[in-house]
Amino acid sequence: MKWSKILAWVTFTIGLLFFFLPLLATFEFSLRARRGVYSFDAYQTVLSDPQFRETFAYSVVMALFTIVVGLAIITPTAFWVRLKLPRLRPYIEFITLLPLVIPPIVIVFGYIRLYNTSSWLPLTGSARGTDLLLMFGYSTLTLPYMYRAVDTGLRTIDVRTLTEAAQSLGAGWATIILRLILPNILVALLSGAFLTFAIVIGEYVLAALLNRPAFGPYMVWMGGNRAYEPAALAVIAFAITWACMALIQLLTRFSNLPKAQR
Amino acid sequence: MAYLSLKGLQKSFGKTTVVEHFDLDIGKGEFVSLLGPSGCGKTTVLRMVAGFESPSAGEISIEGSDITALRPSQRNIGLVFQSYALFPNLTVAENVAFGLKVAGVDKSSIDKRVSEMLAMIGLPKFGARYPFELSGGQQQRVALARALAVRPRVLLLDEPLSALDAKIRVSLRREIREIQRELGITTIFVTHDQEEALSISDRVVVMNQGRAEQVGAPHEIYNRPATRFVANFVGTLNTIEAVVKDGNNRIVSLGGQDIRLPKGTSVLKSGETISLAIRPEGLTLGKQRLPAVTLSARIEDVQFLGSVIRLRADIEGQRVSLDTFNRQDEAPPLPGSIAQITFQPSDLILLQG
Repeated sequence: MKWSKILAWVTFTIGLLFFFLPLLATFEFSLRARRGVYSFDAYQTVLSDPQFRETFAYSVVMALFTIVVGLAIITPTAFWVRLKLPRLRPYIEFITLLPLVIPPIVIVFGYIRLYNTSSWLPLTGSARGTDLLLMFGYSTLTLPYMYRAVDTGLRTIDVRTLTEAAQSLGAGWATIILRLILPNILVALLSGAFLTFAIVIGEYVLAALLNRPAFGPYMVWMGGNRAYEPAALAVIAFAITWACMALIQLLTRFSNLPKAQR
Repeated sequence: MAYLSLKGLQKSFGKTTVVEHFDLDIGKGEFVSLLGPSGCGKTTVLRMVAGFESPSAGEISIEGSDITALRPSQRNIGLVFQSYALFPNLTVAENVAFGLKVAGVDKSSIDKRVSEMLAMIGLPKFGARYPFELSGGQQQRVALARALAVRPRVLLLDEPLSALDAKIRVSLRREIREIQRELGITTIFVTHDQEEALSISDRVVVMNQGRAEQVGAPHEIYNRPATRFVANFVGTLNTIEAVVKDGNNRIVSLGGQDIRLPKGTSVLKSGETISLAIRPEGLTLGKQRLPAVTLSARIEDVQFLGSVIRLRADIEGQRVSLDTFNRQDEAPPLPGSIAQITFQPSDLILLQG
């Protein structure tokens, strides 16, 4: 075996250990809830906790809405910028990067100030209104990831020529976006959706300060009040993330996309 | 009345004018090529006809009705791109059916039309394949079938052969022409390849700097170029300087001989120096009988190419090139030797512009 190959394997193994050892340690710790023996007691406690189910379900629903809203705003924007306004791309990219620079706490205080009960649009006055506000907050937080994912997808296809070909065949904008553009960037959309899901599930600041029953604040609360359950929760969160990744792979494989596009 | 009419088309991007005063009338079923170097405005003209660019001035009409303000999707004009532009997520059959589905045609009619189209392009069993499973030539044929499936009023071909290798290019251009003749569809073909344009067109429009320099049948363009640009751009050309001896009788002096230029040559001023052009095939090695003109030349370079020998020769300080057929019983002339080069005065072209 060549030295370069051995070095590659060594680097890969170190990387693998770096990633998996803490996870293994967390998993091992989560099994120690019962003194002297390994057990799944911590998992049982977490999974049987109604608050876990409620907060998790709430965050999943919020994540799904955020994904839909994010895709509905970002896909046509990125498509239009690529097609008609390529000169605006640097500015759009700058705007989409702003959520990485501006802390979520600034956003949420801005929201509370703008949409409090005595404002012209009192969204925080009702649970649904606050949910809406939270979803917009999540959409803003995930903007850098979602925009980049969609834009990368659009870069892999010749947007302009495909659009013009479809137009010459009589297609309108809705047909072009729904039948041609979206299916061709499906993998990119799925990765954007996955990133959004992962961010929303773990998000703490917006949900806590808007006082909504989300999974992020629940994890923090659990971490501050229990010993073994937070470790079990971390492992569950990892499992959910991996399940999402597997789902993306499956969807991609069984979609009608040709192999060359995967 | 012309079927497709472009009147006074003009297109500017900011301060740059890319097409100006462009007029062209195309008859029904005619195959017209827009030929010119990169940046001459030929693709912009095509894109204006397709509706992807709005003219800064001028009018585009089909069968007398003005389509200038219509959106591309409302024009019913088929377009084939250089990069094929097949939809990668759709199969070949779905690609061909796309326009028909958009138009709301019923499924059985779509299936029938798709089968017809695939048979026409010689790919009847390729319907279930995806574009990435096809060669470049096959993809371009599918693109052609897709554009024709909706029975467009006009077919636009934007350098459709440029991305293909030489052999496929020749066979596909023949196929395109056959299909075009069979369907009788009015076609505009954009290319920078003169051989392509000359070989398949009814008429060729040679474009330069946004203007149509000459419009004519391929043989007119080649044999009687209207301007110096057309003469240089289309085919290989030898340029020779001559002095006008008698302007009224079109007599010029070349290599010490008086030559009468063909009738129809524009008015010349006695004493002025003019540029004459002659195609390499207009020159022959050796002497010929009158009215041919024979000049003495020094052979500078000889390239033996098998059936053809390409010569470069010097006539009184002016360099010309000519091709001569190889003959088994005759050795090619040697570089440095003196040879007689003959041409017919009627083959001389007076360069203008």
